[in-house]
Amino acid sequence: MSTQFDLESAWEPERYELAAAPTYHFDIDRREFFRFLGAGVLIVGVLKEARALQESGANQGAASLPKEISAWLHIGEDGRITVYTGKVEVGQNIRTSLTQAVAEELHVPVDAIHLVMGDTKLTPYDRGTFGSRTTPDMNLQLRKVAAAARDTLIVLAADQWQVDRKRLTAADGKIRDSESKRTVEYGALVKGKQLTEALPAEDPLIPAAQWKVAGQPLPKVDGRDFVTGKHRYPSDQKLPDMLYGKVLRPSFFGATLSSLNTQDAEKIPGVVVVHDGNFVGVAAPSAEIASRALATIRAEWKSQPQISNKELFAYLKNNPAQGSGPLDSPFRYEIGSIDKAFASADHRLQQTYTTNYIAHAPLEPRAALAQWSGDDLTVWTGTQRPFGVREELAQTFHMPEERVRVLMPDMGSGYGGKHTGETAIEAARLARAAKRPVKVMWTREEEFTWAYFRPAAVIDVSSAMRQDGKITGWEFHNYNSGAAGIPTFYDIENQRIEFHPTRYPLRQGSYRALAATANHFARESYMDELAHLVKMDPLEFRLKNLKNERLRAVFEAAARKFGWEQAKTMGHGFGMGGGFEKGGNVATCAEVVVDRKSGEVKVVRLVTAFECGAIVNPDGLRNQLEGANIMALGGALFEAIEFANGQILNGRFSDYRVPRFSDVPVIETVMIDRKDIPSAGAGESSLMGVAPAIANAIFDASGMRLRSLPLVANGLQIA
Amino acid sequence: MATVRQLNINGRVYDTEADADASLLFVLRDHLDLTGSKYGCGEGQCGACTVLVDGKSRRSCITRVGDVAQKQITTIEGLAQGDRLHPVQQAFLDEGAMQCAYCTSGMIMTAVSLLNAKRDSSAAEIARSMEGNICRCGTQPRILLAVQRAAKAMNESKQ
Repeated sequence: MSTQFDLESAWEPERYELAAAPTYHFDIDRREFFRFLGAGVLIVGVLKEARALQESGANQGAASLPKEISAWLHIGEDGRITVYTGKVEVGQNIRTSLTQAVAEELHVPVDAIHLVMGDTKLTPYDRGTFGSRTTPDMNLQLRKVAAAARDTLIVLAADQWQVDRKRLTAADGKIRDSESKRTVEYGALVKGKQLTEALPAEDPLIPAAQWKVAGQPLPKVDGRDFVTGKHRYPSDQKLPDMLYGKVLRPSFFGATLSSLNTQDAEKIPGVVVVHDGNFVGVAAPSAEIASRALATIRAEWKSQPQISNKELFAYLKNNPAQGSGPLDSPFRYEIGSIDKAFASADHRLQQTYTTNYIAHAPLEPRAALAQWSGDDLTVWTGTQRPFGVREELAQTFHMPEERVRVLMPDMGSGYGGKHTGETAIEAARLARAAKRPVKVMWTREEEFTWAYFRPAAVIDVSSAMRQDGKITGWEFHNYNSGAAGIPTFYDIENQRIEFHPTRYPLRQGSYRALAATANHFARESYMDELAHLVKMDPLEFRLKNLKNERLRAVFEAAARKFGWEQAKTMGHGFGMGGGFEKGGNVATCAEVVVDRKSGEVKVVRLVTAFECGAIVNPDGLRNQLEGANIMALGGALFEAIEFANGQILNGRFSDYRVPRFSDVPVIETVMIDRKDIPSAGAGESSLMGVAPAIANAIFDASGMRLRSLPLVANGLQIA
Repeated sequence: MATVRQLNINGRVYDTEADADASLLFVLRDHLDLTGSKYGCGEGQCGACTVLVDGKSRRSCITRVGDVAQKQITTIEGLAQGDRLHPVQQAFLDEGAMQCAYCTSGMIMTAVSLLNAKRDSSAAEIARSMEGNICRCGTQPRILLAVQRAAKAMNESKQ
């Protein structure tokens, strides 16, 4: 391990997971506090297995994760295993991989296990599903819980049979006595009672090399519900007597209401109009009536002039942060002497790279269904942070968190874009006024405009290099987008690395892999430039400056699978990029073809090698790698948010281009299974190599060096 | 304002009371509680709302319900026969062709429409006909494999 990597452990991986500032401040009229007179409202989507006793673990903070097995796992009399976790399923298929972990240690069939996920009343507190923490943290936690449960079951059986527990083994949902051959099923042993045992301080887990269930490919556990349309996403949730809510959006970002007339809307039968501060919304018996009511509202908005995307990069460079928001804390790392390294260098090179704002555009827009029952609030919503949304709701409505319950049905993806609770707040605000449950489902245009974006970046890189290609000095400055993935993994004696928070024109927040994508794009493009400067092969050049064995292994594996040395067809180019982040090592090789006449750039092949320790679900991992390559391709080639004067100019799928079938290249993956290394997550780091690999391949094909993402939104502008 | 009072969906008659200008997706999801068809864009750009009308794929979000009142509508909920999945549904499971799966019902309906019309579609034809369906998770390579697998299964079961 080089010194650079030791840094990683000292960093807070979630420091740059952003919760954008709260959207709403209500001056709630006290008279609106109410109690429901009509009781007996039927709740859909709540699991029958849910038990009040689970609440014991749900309200504890992160510092005190419940130690009792019962907070995490329950064995029913019928042998069904219910597992409780605050992590949520957003398409990364952790419902499946966590099920495998439990099945492995508890020795039960996969289909005997059901996970209750992201329900703030039933599951232990969890900060959120982000930062690729599910596999390293929750997978390990549930393995420990399942192992402890298994050991407790053995003790129970030994007591019941009055035999030495060493004679007993657990397998296939039963405890078996190796001498008498008698068996007892878990369910019969526990008889529906709770396993109140505490988790032991240490309990040896099954090593990855001996895994039988984990480590094997397993399809999505509830896949059938998805191919039949049975699964109910957040936007599919319903309650009897529910109203549909719509919110009046300001004409510009940061605008304030200067006049409002809601008289016509109020006249429509069944419509409830809410005006509270800057919030104006309606609730109606149907979405159609709600839209009609909203259209009758006359409002004028005041706002300040705002910059456009054309001025974006100059703005970021010239406007240091003044506030104290989540992105306002700078980062600086320095070793050796940069100045000395530069003074004695054979080569010095300074380059600037930029990345535009992009949108997550999850296919399911934000949705929430809120229901008040007296002073208790229940909200079903799509979020990666159910406990965070509970906190937002409690703060917004000035109520204790214990009176708020947030449930997260498996949702239509997030990619870091659903950390916040604005839709939950909107639905709850309307429901409070309407005295009925209200569902708010954002339109695609709302999702493109009122969610938040991946931060734009300006990145300056300079270095000092010897004639033989050894880098001796490294200076790297990221403006605005963040410090994730900012340390270089190359072995360089003298470094100065800084993240500079800036003011920024659009609401920005977390996006899968955070700033690691921008920082890797800049670093790995720049490495390619250096390699060409000293006329070295880009792979050889990297390896010359890289000691870390895990990273060397992925670069070499990707190059081998790709055929890095092979001859290229006319017009084709090869490029590579890779790196390390959140426990994942990645290298991607890209082949592109450039049509010099039309300027069209087509990525024809992506080969990604990946290593994140012991693989829990090989098919799940491959799915993540393939998906990450395609998602990254969009941001690399053509995705960019256009904006001017407080408005988004391309906020719909007909204007904002995302990867489609015709954009998808041949994708090959190499998965290195390191059973000797604890499993890490894979959903984020797997994106990082794609953009630089494509940029470097375009250079290889055309001689044109592109330093701004997206690379070819309008094709290659050949001079 | 014309009102649609009956719709033929998945082989049965549904009573409703919908403005003929309302979008089919809205009627399916909100009136009839058939939520398998998804809203993704409202402008026919993402394919998440795809249903079959007389066997052919239609974007239900931009389809007037008045235009399909006399026709046979099939949604994802009506594709399986009892417990037996349609070969395209089964192929999506077999290929693990989903992540969040919000696009899945629209992908499946588009593929069924294509294979109904042309069972021996080539990989390129499949990709072309799926171009209007967005998967943000990036499972397109698996979806193509799934549709090819389904085509093969449907061809074999015919013979």
